[in-house]
Amino acid sequence: MSEQPRVIRFADVEQTFGRADGGAVTALDGITFDIGRNEFLAVLGPSGCGKSTLLRLIAGLIFPTRGTVSIYDLAVTEPRDEIGIVFQSPTLLPWFDVLGNVTFPLRHKYGRVSAEDNARAHDLLKLVGLADFARKRIDELSGGMQQRVAIARALLLDPDILLMDEPFSALDALTRDEMSFELLRIWSERPKTVLFITHSIPEAVLLADRIVVMTARPGRVREVINVDLPRPRSMATLSHPTFHELANHIRGQLFTRAVA
Amino acid sequence: MTIPVKSSRSEPKAQGILLTPVLRAWADRLAPAAAFVGLVAIWEGACRLFAIPSFLLPSPSAIVQAGLEVSASQWLGHISATLRVALMGYAVAIAISIPLAVALVTSRFLSRTLYPILVVVQSTPIVAVAPIIVVTLGASDLPRVVITFLIAFFPIVVSTVTGLMATPEELIELSRSLRAGRVREMLHIRLPFAVPYIFSALKISITLSIIGAVVAEFVAAERGLGFFIMFSTSFFKIPQAFAGLAILVALSLALFRLCTLVQRWFVPWSLPKSER
Repeated sequence: MSEQPRVIRFADVEQTFGRADGGAVTALDGITFDIGRNEFLAVLGPSGCGKSTLLRLIAGLIFPTRGTVSIYDLAVTEPRDEIGIVFQSPTLLPWFDVLGNVTFPLRHKYGRVSAEDNARAHDLLKLVGLADFARKRIDELSGGMQQRVAIARALLLDPDILLMDEPFSALDALTRDEMSFELLRIWSERPKTVLFITHSIPEAVLLADRIVVMTARPGRVREVINVDLPRPRSMATLSHPTFHELANHIRGQLFTRAVA
Repeated sequence: MTIPVKSSRSEPKAQGILLTPVLRAWADRLAPAAAFVGLVAIWEGACRLFAIPSFLLPSPSAIVQAGLEVSASQWLGHISATLRVALMGYAVAIAISIPLAVALVTSRFLSRTLYPILVVVQSTPIVAVAPIIVVTLGASDLPRVVITFLIAFFPIVVSTVTGLMATPEELIELSRSLRAGRVREMLHIRLPFAVPYIFSALKISITLSIIGAVVAEFVAAERGLGFFIMFSTSFFKIPQAFAGLAILVALSLALFRLCTLVQRWFVPWSLPKSER
């Protein structure tokens, strides 16, 4: 994917957080990698390795202690509109129906939603497979369906970058697999530059073009792995020899680290 | 020791045989009313059986009779006086507490400065301060409204602050990533999220408002149910005082119920599924 123009660049990024007792924790140390245009990049690592911090740096919610994070070669100094975020929990608003939740970013930012916006939201609901659920209440939806709504909401402003922070980790195993394939379908219909944070090895291998494997405390890049699996990926991908090879390799990487 | 075990085991079985589901549903619905009627019946019976003097504990029938001796227009006058003070104090409490909670959540400086003062006010027995307030503010509705406000406002502030702080962090990040601004963050996300918390406080405070109005009327009033009870007891008309008390309780219950209904009508999503 290196032949693609790069969209996001981390250059020697260090992130330290002050602790309540006055000390400091280094969450990220010497992070350097690029993400290419419409690339699907997964960040994989144990909890506490600063994965979510990476996402917040790109979103412009926090700023690095040292080094630079840039988008299209411009340093990130504030949040920008062309980014959609999907969080671990759907974080939908119970006082709106499904459609109201999808259009919420527009209502929130500009204070109004046009008929055109609603039509676009309907298209997005169709894209995520919830065409008939526009007027449902949030608590009538299953966890997987709620996360679909969250994905539609993230796509509303037609961002070129999609940030996903362990979006399927709260779902049951079956729904999780289903949602992975759904995400691949959506991504192929609406190509985006995706940063996908996960702690599931199979999920990362199935979805990503490249995987950044991280170590914990401080969070460092251990290895960047190219996933040479053919697209479109499907159930068959799961039994592909390369799939197992890569999964075992990553498991070994994380395991040796844990022993050491 | 085996007998209680045996009986507790056979009890649900016996119920299952005796009551069909329909009957049991009715029993569930009627049980609270039946318990209330039973209690009143025991009260009545005890008063008659032991010939308790009515100035110690009047029987329910004596209370009803005393209540009927007071004309409807008199009752309405007292009820409307108490209701007016309670609702005005309640409205002021809402109008001040919710913006105050927003201010406390928005500014750490305000929170550090004002919170101790609020706690001091809440820790002061308002009943003891009430006579002073009446002296200071004179004989009008104003001191009564102020007393009611002081008794009713605190739960609304505390609950609203809790609700505003309970908003999921991710939603705040979503708002920041959209650069929507702090006003919209408050109006579109934090305040709606606080609605269930605010309604819990509103239900507590409506009954506190009635208490506040009565306390104020005890100190200084020429009308109202609090005044009526004071007046009746000072003339040893105990059954009449009890009648006033019963109406006060009914009023409080009705207002509490109204709060629940308002929540169900306007913000049903804020109720647990079972209560919609």
